[in-house]
Amino acid sequence: MFDFTTPEKIAAQPAPPPYDGREPKNVLRRKGQLVSNKAVPDQTMTEQDDWGAMILRVSANQDKEAFAALFRHFAPRIKGFLMKSGANAGLAEECAQDVMATLWHKAHLFDPTRASAATWVFTIARNRRIDALRKSRRPEPEDLPWGPEPEPDQHDVLELSQETARLAEALADLPKAQRDLISRAYFGELSHSEIAAETGLPLGTIKSRIRLALDRLRHKLS
Amino acid sequence: MQMPIRHHISDQLLMAYSAGQLPEAFSLVMAVHLSMCDECKARLGAFDAVGGAVMDRCDVVAMDTGSLAATLAKLDMPVKGTPSQALPHVQSSLPAPLADYIGGDLSAVKWRSLGAGVRQAILPTDNTASARLLYIPAGKAVPDHSHRGTELTLVLQGAFHDEIDRFGPGDLEISDEDINHQPIAEAGEACICLAATDAPLRFNALVPRLLQPFFRI
Repeated sequence: MFDFTTPEKIAAQPAPPPYDGREPKNVLRRKGQLVSNKAVPDQTMTEQDDWGAMILRVSANQDKEAFAALFRHFAPRIKGFLMKSGANAGLAEECAQDVMATLWHKAHLFDPTRASAATWVFTIARNRRIDALRKSRRPEPEDLPWGPEPEPDQHDVLELSQETARLAEALADLPKAQRDLISRAYFGELSHSEIAAETGLPLGTIKSRIRLALDRLRHKLS
Repeated sequence: MQMPIRHHISDQLLMAYSAGQLPEAFSLVMAVHLSMCDECKARLGAFDAVGGAVMDRCDVVAMDTGSLAATLAKLDMPVKGTPSQALPHVQSSLPAPLADYIGGDLSAVKWRSLGAGVRQAILPTDNTASARLLYIPAGKAVPDHSHRGTELTLVLQGAFHDEIDRFGPGDLEISDEDINHQPIAEAGEACICLAATDAPLRFNALVPRLLQPFFRI
């Protein structure tokens, strides 16, 4: 059992590190075909900021140039993810295109203060997998009563992006066996009862990510 | 004033929900609890971020030639984003995912009697697990039963207690194999729960066991 996120325990955590004053980059950087997927840690955050900014450009301006950049980055990852999840190349290709089309149509729902671009794209890909591969439905929680802000607070965006980058780094630093187990859970290779086994998730960074999200929810509600 | 939710989704179930690995009936219970519980909503965000990191780092597979152009051409066509099997949305005072499965409020539920005032209604999910609403009159017991698989019970109205604990609105009870318990609805108000199980329940009394095939319990 990994008991690390019980709500009663979240409140007792120390405060998150203060905002360090850095502004997120909002420039569109052209990216060619990626040769390696091993991102240098201190670039991860900047890249996540950029991908989020590009989804906002798709949302605000139906920007096809930004969409093309997002496609070149995410589509091969979605395809790889779906093939790891048991789809053949043809189905994975088709579903990856569907996921990118959904990103285009639902870009107005993307909230960079609540999820990074990679997190958001993952949820679309996962839902497509349940629909297309498992032919099943996935009931979703009720939407929050508020939608994304038209002009998201840049401090909130940066803070979320930093927490998410820290979590990704902590996962990358895990011993290979643990990292593989977590990956297998998300590739759909483990049933819900098999997930009950010890996965060794990086507790500190997960708690800190949860605390941030909870602060946001409570702040919005108050 | 509403009591705070005390019994939450376990890490295992939340990770499985985030990974998309739960039977539909279990996902429904997760979605309803998440609609009522900010803590679990925040925790789900973290598990989704783990999924995002896994996908971001997984081996890339090149898209087919002309794939971007094909996708761009699709963008101007009508939305195909909604899942092919999505349920229509209905307006209700219940959490949205539950209202969608009932097709309205609790008044729209088609209850069937289980005897002694206890009623249930099976909800339409795929058969990897089953979901049902249970209505237990105040002070009455749910038929004594044990489990072969996992059973999730989410309180929607009223409260029940068993030998160990009390469960009020929003609380989720997770029972695994070998738990043999007898939940009793609290006095005052009927207790309405959403329950899901991935194995048929075994009732310990003879008559309910005979009724099992008819009621799908």
